[in-house]
Amino acid sequence: MVDQSIASLAKKLRAKEISSVELTQDYLARIKQLDGQLNSFITVTDEVALAQAEAADKLIAAGSTSALAGIPVAHKDLFCTDGILTTCASKMLHNFVPPYESTVTGRMLASGAVTLGKTNMDEFAMGSSNENSHFGAVKNPWDLEKVPGGSSGGSAAAVAAGLCVAATGTDTGGSIRQPASFCGISGLKPTYGRVSRFGMIAYASSLDQAGPMARSAEDCAHILQSIAGFDANDSTCSEVATEDYTANLDAPLEGLTIGLPKEYFGDGLNNGVATVIQDAVKEFEKLGAKVKEISLPNLNLSIPSYYVIAPSEASSNLSRFDGVRYGYRCEEPKDLMDMYKRSRGEGFGKEVQKRIMVGTYALSEGYYDAYYLKAQRIRRLIKEDFVRAFNEVDVIMGPVAPTTAFGIGAKTDDPIAMYLEDIYTLSINLAGIPAMSIPAGFAEGMPVGLQIMGNYFAEAKLLNVAHKFQQATDWHTKNPSLAEGA
Amino acid sequence: MSLEKQDVLKIAHLARLSLDDNDAEQYQHSLTSVLDLVEQMQSVDTDGVEPLSHPLEAKQRLRDDVVTEENRREAFLANAPQTEAGLFLVPKVID
Repeated sequence: MVDQSIASLAKKLRAKEISSVELTQDYLARIKQLDGQLNSFITVTDEVALAQAEAADKLIAAGSTSALAGIPVAHKDLFCTDGILTTCASKMLHNFVPPYESTVTGRMLASGAVTLGKTNMDEFAMGSSNENSHFGAVKNPWDLEKVPGGSSGGSAAAVAAGLCVAATGTDTGGSIRQPASFCGISGLKPTYGRVSRFGMIAYASSLDQAGPMARSAEDCAHILQSIAGFDANDSTCSEVATEDYTANLDAPLEGLTIGLPKEYFGDGLNNGVATVIQDAVKEFEKLGAKVKEISLPNLNLSIPSYYVIAPSEASSNLSRFDGVRYGYRCEEPKDLMDMYKRSRGEGFGKEVQKRIMVGTYALSEGYYDAYYLKAQRIRRLIKEDFVRAFNEVDVIMGPVAPTTAFGIGAKTDDPIAMYLEDIYTLSINLAGIPAMSIPAGFAEGMPVGLQIMGNYFAEAKLLNVAHKFQQATDWHTKNPSLAEGA
Repeated sequence: MSLEKQDVLKIAHLARLSLDDNDAEQYQHSLTSVLDLVEQMQSVDTDGVEPLSHPLEAKQRLRDDVVTEENRREAFLANAPQTEAGLFLVPKVID
């Protein structure tokens, strides 16, 4: 069952080989059987899922053509889901039940997808290892001693272990791509503004973007089709028309020009990861693509720029958690100030408090120009690097992360080392371009993701490039033994 | 760039976060290391480079000034820690 794609399941559902209710029961049983080892779900919504599956079966019987109808999926626990606990993996929101539905989850519901539950994550999406969760760390299904990556680590682990067909994630600095790489699945961060942020609990508003995490590029395309497009409820959502994301998946790659940025293959890149990426590029040459070395000279500046812009926006966004309207409130506050300070001090975890304080400092009087504005000027330099590159090449390829998944606890004492690991993903969010991670092989038994970056709104091209690779290779069909045994 | 403990307590106050002495010392180190990390920005020449706040430089859309939301007072109050008579309740502000 773990190998089944959205397209093949959609066919079986229509041929009445299986019903959505049966499929949903199978996945709920797998979650019960395996998630004790992974901790990938915060909330499992059995009753909601079965009711939705029943409705989906009726939809299919009535002739629905939606590829997602009856498909069991999971949502990262920062998408507001009407009437379903939404915690952002924080004590601050341990009891928050949204009175409305996010656009992403709402559109997937309208497409007939079935919600199995809400997945674990780094608290407020701040982290690259899924160790910063109020509900405990998530384990990597390929090696339970290792992290699944973050912040969408629960979604990645659940998809890799076959606990759902696909899942949603969000990506502010790599939070879809890096866990997809660490867990051996496919993940897409769309262009900034391609997908509505309405109902996503905000981290850094000028960087946040939602996207699909699934077993293949084709599955990602089906989900993107459902969630992409203009939404009046998000003032930054783009009015650029969406494409048919599955129509050109099979288009030949002859003549495609791949840019390889030399900065992605320098010091710090693990040898095993480098070999996998080089072999993947050779595979694309066999498919008719040409390779060109390029340069993204300001890549190193993405780390300081990101670690000013993201915390600054976070300090502003997270000021809404004040213990008044929703979420955690401290016991017996002395006065209003005491209530604000203790509710926030007790409700937020350490990493979140740290980023709030970095942002507060960067935005405070006398420092704004030297930090926030400076970081935004550097952000333009980073964007211009990509604009120049896409004048010469169609897509850019490189690793997602310098290493494979690291051990749980291995980097908790040195958070700066963990920040530096984001070097290959942060610049994409600063520039706002789309990028994917797809499984490209293994190093020391752990999955390695290939990153494919595209020009603004070139999601269909990215998915086509990724799909052709997956037609020629079988890395994306590999399963961890934990999933195979179940 | 090195922060003093007093600086950390001031930042925490601005951010409305309660810190005890032990916390303040920890954050003194961890905030200083982040500020050291971002310090390399200062050596970059950005003269004449405009700040980029939106990757696609989109402008805010305007909509017609009409009522689009219905009154959902009860639903919104349901998540509040303390309410009374349809209002959010907070500790006494004025003596």
